[in-house]
Amino acid sequence: MTEEFKKKAVDAVRDFGWPRIIIFLFVLLLFIVAPFVGVRVDTSISDVLIRFGQNGVMVLALVPMMQAGAGLNFGLPVGIIAGLLGATLSVQFGLTGWIGFTGAIGLCLPFAIVFGLLYGMLLNKVKGEEMTIAMYVGFSIVTFMSILWIVLPYTNPTMVWGYSGTGLRTTITLDGYWTKILNDFLVIRIGSNFTLPTGAILFFALAAFAMWLFMHSRTGTALTAVGSNPDFARASGVSADRMRIASVVVSSVYGALGILVYQQSFGFIQVYNAPLFMAFPAVAAILLGGASVNKANLLNVIVGTFLFQGILTMTPSVINSVMKTDMSEVIRILISNGMIIYALTRKTKVTK
Amino acid sequence: MKKAFNPRRFAADNAVVLIFLTITAVCVPISGLPPLSIAQEIFTRIGRNAFLVFSLILPIMAGMGINFGMVLGAMAGQIGLIFAVDWNIVGVPGLIFASLIGVPIAAGLGWIAGEILNRARGREMVTSYILGFFMDGIYQLVVLYMMGAIIPVHSLAITLSRGYGIRNTLNMDPVRQSLDRLLPFRIGMVNLPLANYLTIAVLCLFIIWFRKTKLGQDMRAVGQDQSVSHAAGIPVERTRILAIVISTVLASIGQIIFLQNLGNMATYNAHKQTGFFSAAAILVGGASVSKATIPNVFIGVVLLHLMYIVVPRAGTNLFGSAMIGEFFRDAFSYGVIALALVLHAWRKRANAESARAGLRGTAAAAATVVAEGAGR
Repeated sequence: MTEEFKKKAVDAVRDFGWPRIIIFLFVLLLFIVAPFVGVRVDTSISDVLIRFGQNGVMVLALVPMMQAGAGLNFGLPVGIIAGLLGATLSVQFGLTGWIGFTGAIGLCLPFAIVFGLLYGMLLNKVKGEEMTIAMYVGFSIVTFMSILWIVLPYTNPTMVWGYSGTGLRTTITLDGYWTKILNDFLVIRIGSNFTLPTGAILFFALAAFAMWLFMHSRTGTALTAVGSNPDFARASGVSADRMRIASVVVSSVYGALGILVYQQSFGFIQVYNAPLFMAFPAVAAILLGGASVNKANLLNVIVGTFLFQGILTMTPSVINSVMKTDMSEVIRILISNGMIIYALTRKTKVTK
Repeated sequence: MKKAFNPRRFAADNAVVLIFLTITAVCVPISGLPPLSIAQEIFTRIGRNAFLVFSLILPIMAGMGINFGMVLGAMAGQIGLIFAVDWNIVGVPGLIFASLIGVPIAAGLGWIAGEILNRARGREMVTSYILGFFMDGIYQLVVLYMMGAIIPVHSLAITLSRGYGIRNTLNMDPVRQSLDRLLPFRIGMVNLPLANYLTIAVLCLFIIWFRKTKLGQDMRAVGQDQSVSHAAGIPVERTRILAIVISTVLASIGQIIFLQNLGNMATYNAHKQTGFFSAAAILVGGASVSKATIPNVFIGVVLLHLMYIVVPRAGTNLFGSAMIGEFFRDAFSYGVIALALVLHAWRKRANAESARAGLRGTAAAAATVVAEGAGR
């Protein structure tokens, strides 16, 4: 009995991977050390929760493509650009408050679906090389849109450069539009240091539930089959190409929603080169949560986002107090990219 | 079977080069730059960049795609330069000293990179790209925190005011343009960095020679088919590692040549764009992910840099905004890399499918020829 339990435990650990356990213990250690170096734990937890709500949906966006065998979606900027279009159009039309936010969602969806369709069709043509190409497709669309941000006829004075009257600013404030609209919905404040962004967490829960429904629908099951065993899927009459396109479209839509949630929490819309590297933290987060390149579930998303955001929140404050220098940037780079390399080099277990 | 010249196939094979050529040709007159100054810039930039781009050839030959991990070598070269400047070794000896420090570091990093890429078969490119990011973290750790604290650095001029770590911009007065000016040479109004060209010529000879050696042949074989090579007794993993080691070492020397021309080094940013520029250059020159030649490098460097010189000016003249030109330039370079990768992956799949169709018998074989023609 105990032998068996031991074996199971060892298996579970091996499955989860040592790097993840070390990072998990590292985050735990940071929280334990925090009070001793004068960092408030309640503020830290509150920060982690806010960042969780801010970034969670974007991490969620990676699930369908990984499940469909299309790899890590380094082309997340395709969805993000759709979200930016929705957000800027909503501000341009002067929509504020809830109408502004839902308007942005409504306006970004058609873009996300069309971009996702095209992007999915492209990825179908390049099976086996998706990740590198996805990365460069992402870079291309971000830099190409930078031209459009200058050229498109936006006129709202909060968005365009003051002196020339044309071209979007690099950061556009959402004050008076929909800053923190989700974060402040049903917000719970305890003392002056703890804030629970109920709305953002609820939105994430809703998005996660929708994703769960999708992954357990007919399409979702077929999509997982395509990722796990393409030949079997084909034999049972599932079109791999169509399923992959569906996964890319869903991923892009979630990317668009994700950036809207991010913006409302951050308070600004960032255009031009800002989305260039946004896919990488999301990818690192889901891998940190225990996903492999071809398998990801909602638990991976939740655990991973918490761990990753925990590191981002805690390292600057705690490490700086301990070592008196700002090493957090280096630690962030090493952990996030180390995690991606670890996942890419790991022999992937497709079926359990 | 002799291939007749087929304009459609030629266009499909060289789509990237042709698109690039067209855009640049349109932009040259619009930019309004005098031809002589464009020529001067191009000649300087060939001497500055070609060496770096050459470092990509061997991994492509070994079937590992574009080695974005060449930035590891670039970082090693930068560490060498920091020491050369710190010890104030002037002129070409300074560059040689920097190489003597940079090359062993690059070889070690290349070995590690090779081992890692061997575990990530089939996704070498994306892994090497992320590896560049990861090593950037280590580089920052070494240069920003350890230099001056653990690793001795003497010159106060290059350390940050807090006492350790290297300044954001390294002024490389001792070695500035020492290679460029070693053999001064002028044709009319144009300065030619002859010593750079000689170095590059030596490298070209090395690559031509290397291809004929046992190791070079092994690399080609591994690039063609790993399992067949393994059956033929070629140590596949070792050959792949060596390809990356040589690539990384060449990149470290290339980065030293690149930076001595610029004369200043952005300590924490200089290496970040190296991989992108070199990859864009070799792909623009008509190389694919599985085939690259020496002419590809030269054509690529000339075309890419011609575009980089004329497009921002053309943008300013056309739209009255330099920003549009610059964004266009970036979008275009990224787009070209994406297009080249897509075309290659597409062709590979078409070929694989036609090969599979060939197994189905003669009726299908006829269709194969057609499909192959379309795929090319």
